[in-house]
Amino acid sequence: MRIVVAMRQLADLVEELEVSDDGTDIDREFVKFISNEWDEAALEEALTLKDELGATVTVVALDEPDVDQTLYAALAKGADRVVKLTGHDPDTWVRSRERAQRLASFLTGESFDLVLTGVQAADDLDGQLAGILGSLLELPHAAVVVGVEGSDSKVRVTQELGGGLLGVSELDLPAVLGIQAAKQAPRYAPISRIRQAMQTGEIGEHEVELSDSAVQVKVRRLYPPESTGAGATMLKGSPKEVAAEIIEIIKSKGLV
Amino acid sequence: MSVDVLVIAEAVAGEVLDVTYELLGKGRELSDGFSGELGAVLIGEPSPQDLFGAADVLYSMSGMEAGYCAPQWEMALGEVLRSADPKVVLVSTGTVGIDLAGALATQFGGVLASYVIDAVMEEGSLVVTSQLYGGKLLSEVEIDSFPAVLSVLPGSFVSDAGRVAGEPRREVIDVGGSVSSAKGVAIELREPDSSGVDITAAPLLVSVGRGIGSKENVELVAELAEAMKAPLSASRPVIDQGWLPKPHQVGKSGKKVKPTVYLAFGISGAPEHLEGMRSADVIIACNTDAKAPIFEVAHYGTTLDLFDLVPELTDQVGG
Repeated sequence: MRIVVAMRQLADLVEELEVSDDGTDIDREFVKFISNEWDEAALEEALTLKDELGATVTVVALDEPDVDQTLYAALAKGADRVVKLTGHDPDTWVRSRERAQRLASFLTGESFDLVLTGVQAADDLDGQLAGILGSLLELPHAAVVVGVEGSDSKVRVTQELGGGLLGVSELDLPAVLGIQAAKQAPRYAPISRIRQAMQTGEIGEHEVELSDSAVQVKVRRLYPPESTGAGATMLKGSPKEVAAEIIEIIKSKGLV
Repeated sequence: MSVDVLVIAEAVAGEVLDVTYELLGKGRELSDGFSGELGAVLIGEPSPQDLFGAADVLYSMSGMEAGYCAPQWEMALGEVLRSADPKVVLVSTGTVGIDLAGALATQFGGVLASYVIDAVMEEGSLVVTSQLYGGKLLSEVEIDSFPAVLSVLPGSFVSDAGRVAGEPRREVIDVGGSVSSAKGVAIELREPDSSGVDITAAPLLVSVGRGIGSKENVELVAELAEAMKAPLSASRPVIDQGWLPKPHQVGKSGKKVKPTVYLAFGISGAPEHLEGMRSADVIIACNTDAKAPIFEVAHYGTTLDLFDLVPELTDQVGG
């Protein structure tokens, strides 16, 4: 089985996010970019399938801040090949519709059975990647996937349908899947192995030129949400004092 | 006959979801803005207690196969969209929204806005607000080319506005041909795992999120839960990492809980989590990020490090 994993970089949500001067994007200059956590789950699922079925795993990502680190880490974890897509400004917000177009352009020149990507990313204003990519490639697709079992011509997927209900279906290959969770937590690559990958591995590059611009919504502005004013009463003091207050609140409800 | 706004209704285990009524209420408002009709489509047959009176027309499908299979649903909904020819499609950011909205919008050459929390008509344009970056930023977008698909976060609108009795016109669309050519089949539906802990019945819940950092650290909060004789629950990242089993999950795809007191440690408050616990009588949140969205719904909060606070709580409860 030939598996392609589409990964991407995303602003670290732990950081303070500032809005850019024109008000329509985040200020990307001082933000730390990390690999999208759901894409890490997609990579893990691909590597697990490789362990089970003997698949080859290609990881593809658009050129974005610190993406080389993510690609070398993928090699260190067991990916066979990594490719960086160029041809766009790496320091701007490439929205999910355009991202899908760029990936689709690359994939039309590839042989693959399965494309895995994260179920979503925190800036997917224009929709989630798997569905858009599946539609552009005219391939069956499914998202919110928590289980993948492969065979030669079909893939059996388990999807969350809300309220704990799971749906199991079988899709023809090739197919595109948006992974919510892998069978196991994403594996860890030690720094020493990533360094080794940086010395011995190679990031392939592929330039994408789009003939059509993506159909996407027009952003007027980004802004931080106003506090509703209904926020929490903040408890102050040492851990001991705050703990005592919390226990008092719980006791007042007749609990503990 | 076409409609201006179409709501894709969702039902789980035969029960129409609350968010569908939210969409019907907002859909009525938007279709009035267009001076047009509101349609709703439900995959499967509505039951007598389902309230679709806010809609002018209710589409149903013939030839639809049982169970959920994304390619089949996409093709079936595509047939309905071709027939209803709506300007705006409203779906929830649940299964259909995350799974199919992007594909449907792409198929029909329309735009899509995800994580929508508000939508209003302004001089012929649709102005839509979305929640990005886990709720840290909002985006305001303008849509003046249609069709447009809006994937709406549950809890964004009032469901009572859409919960209207009445008898909309019925239109049946034969989707059998499309569905039979879909590149996928449904195999089975699996009920939620109800073994082990029941977090829905407890009056006190001790809940842990991503801030706990590792599986080993979960033990710290488990000790507090044990000392408080309360079940341990968790937000999605903890479950996805395999640090706790699925029956412990609070949120959209986990359990909805309504305890008297909900203690949240290291939980930032993603919309999917808030949907599952915001009805608790008292929410007490501990998160080092003072701007974490959980503080908007919590009644009490602290920015102390949970690794300092939790052992202190355990000591005091035990003592």
